Amino acid sequence: MIWNAFAIAVREISRNLTRAFLTVLGIFIGVAAIITMVTLGQGATLAVKAQISNLGNNLLTLRPGAGFGARASSAGTPHFTEKDATIIGEQIAGIAAVAPVRSALLSTIYRQNARSSTVTGTTPVYFEINKWRVAEGRLFNEVDFRSGAAVCVIGNTVRTELFGSENPVGAQIRIGKTACVVIGLLVAKGQAGMGDQDDTIIMPLSALQRRVIGKTSSHDISQISISAQDGVDSEALITELTSLMRQRRNLQRNQDNNFNVFDTRQIAETLGSTTQLMTLLLAAVAAVSLMVGGIGIMNIMLVSVTERTREIGIRLAIGATGGEVLLQFLVEAVTLSCVGGVVGILLAFGLCAGLARLIQVPFNFNLQINVVAFLFAAGVGVLFGYTPARRAARLNPIDALRHE
Amino acid sequence: MNPPANETLIELRNLTKTYGEGDAAFQALKGIDLTIQRGEFVALMGPSGSGKSTLMNVLGCLDTLTTGTYQYQGIAVETLTTDERSLLRRYALGFIFQGFNLLARTSSLDNVELPLLYRGVSRRDRHERAVAALTSVGLPTKLHSTPAELSGGQQQRVAIARAIVTEPSTLFADEPTGNLDSATTRDIMELLTRLNQDRGITVLMVTHDDHVAATARRTVLIKDGQIESDLVRA
Repeated sequence: MIWNAFAIAVREISRNLTRAFLTVLGIFIGVAAIITMVTLGQGATLAVKAQISNLGNNLLTLRPGAGFGARASSAGTPHFTEKDATIIGEQIAGIAAVAPVRSALLSTIYRQNARSSTVTGTTPVYFEINKWRVAEGRLFNEVDFRSGAAVCVIGNTVRTELFGSENPVGAQIRIGKTACVVIGLLVAKGQAGMGDQDDTIIMPLSALQRRVIGKTSSHDISQISISAQDGVDSEALITELTSLMRQRRNLQRNQDNNFNVFDTRQIAETLGSTTQLMTLLLAAVAAVSLMVGGIGIMNIMLVSVTERTREIGIRLAIGATGGEVLLQFLVEAVTLSCVGGVVGILLAFGLCAGLARLIQVPFNFNLQINVVAFLFAAGVGVLFGYTPARRAARLNPIDALRHE
Repeated sequence: MNPPANETLIELRNLTKTYGEGDAAFQALKGIDLTIQRGEFVALMGPSGSGKSTLMNVLGCLDTLTTGTYQYQGIAVETLTTDERSLLRRYALGFIFQGFNLLARTSSLDNVELPLLYRGVSRRDRHERAVAALTSVGLPTKLHSTPAELSGGQQQRVAIARAIVTEPSTLFADEPTGNLDSATTRDIMELLTRLNQDRGITVLMVTHDDHVAATARRTVLIKDGQIESDLVRA
């Protein structure tokens, strides 16, 4: 009986190709829209997360000054010292690594090319904390740091500006008034909503203090980079860090902090949830388009209901049972919906692959959204294709035949 | 072949049909008693709104009766479920309508095969029997034409082929020539007479045309939902 209904349904579809096409169209546009939007939205979320994780996971940065905005000025507030960094590493549990950082904007010269660059002096552990990896040459190590060797590694932007396409490793550049050997080129990180990370020169803190800047307040550092161990709650860590620093800086109860802690995980979470919100928004838009597709299907079904009611009347009159007629309509609706759904999934796959490359986000095939979109569209198609038939099949044959 | 005498096919006792409820109720049939033997050719006549079409629809199980009894070949039709009435139509009854009621955009062959499809007849048998039925109504060359490509008379022939392809015991015809010109009407009536006489199919035909009714041996006149006269020609 099912096979029979299937044969009748296929025959009926092939006789009304325009109606079938319009029904399929409504479904496959809806399916394609929702899959494409959600997949691309998730790709964008992944891309943002990947860029943020390039900043360094679980990274806390301790800086002088009360915070961002109007009070951000660090003028008059005491700098940190290398001793601060050592003590943080010794006294606070859950910390993976601590690196003192001193930054200075200095002129850098290679042959006839000159530019101002941010030069960072720090310890070798800084690379690990900030997830810097070397593309060519090597990073500086503990030996370089102890000896205060005049060596540096440079970011990709500095390399482009100073060296063009030339290999920078082994070359000597001038930082301020000091000659310095480039020993490594860093792997590019790109823009991450926080300026160009690759516009940087990193050298041993000892060398920066003694050779480049000179003796003045040589033990001051401008910030401290801290990485937390995996699974450690950064909130608790920040609280502990804050009370330790207040103590070391002799702040009274009624005095505000004259330093601040910058947490990349918070930034990552904020940006992550923003892009997730965007994905949800896209999904909502797509759901609306799916609904519009569904209404299109309903429209076609209702327009053809007069003709189809008469058809049902004829089938009943020549001896079909109501159940057989309904089964035929169900098979028709399911067939059209499934064809629409499959075509929609194929179209979405092509669209996602193409658009993901165009807007440069990763393309991950998301099985879940494909299944959900397919089931939803098929449900809409079956509901709207089947419901009008149900009423007609319950009529007396003569009433169905006389339907105007 | 002559119809076997005195075999009761249809027996109605005090049959009524009421449309609507309460004040809006309208009684279309007001107590019909009627007996039809197998092999008869009966014309149901009467003015518009007399209830003749309603009677035929109830007899053909296209509509339900309100009270009374209806025996078809000894089966108490008033006790049947909707599906059982469908099966009775499928295996025993054939229909011809004034408006033909063929499936649009569907070839003559497919239209005629349709009742066989519901009977579960195999593909090859369906084809053979449909071709034979269409040949017997004089349309062997129009197997693949759709209704839109056929004249009114040809469409009615396809409808007759569809009705007789299952070899029903009774053929119900509701104003079968109502939409046709007089020459075509004569052809269709000849065809119905032949089916009645050669194959022994009982024919029940609603008409308001005296010439058409004259084809039938028996004429039942309905007026205001009741039988006014019941005449059998000698």
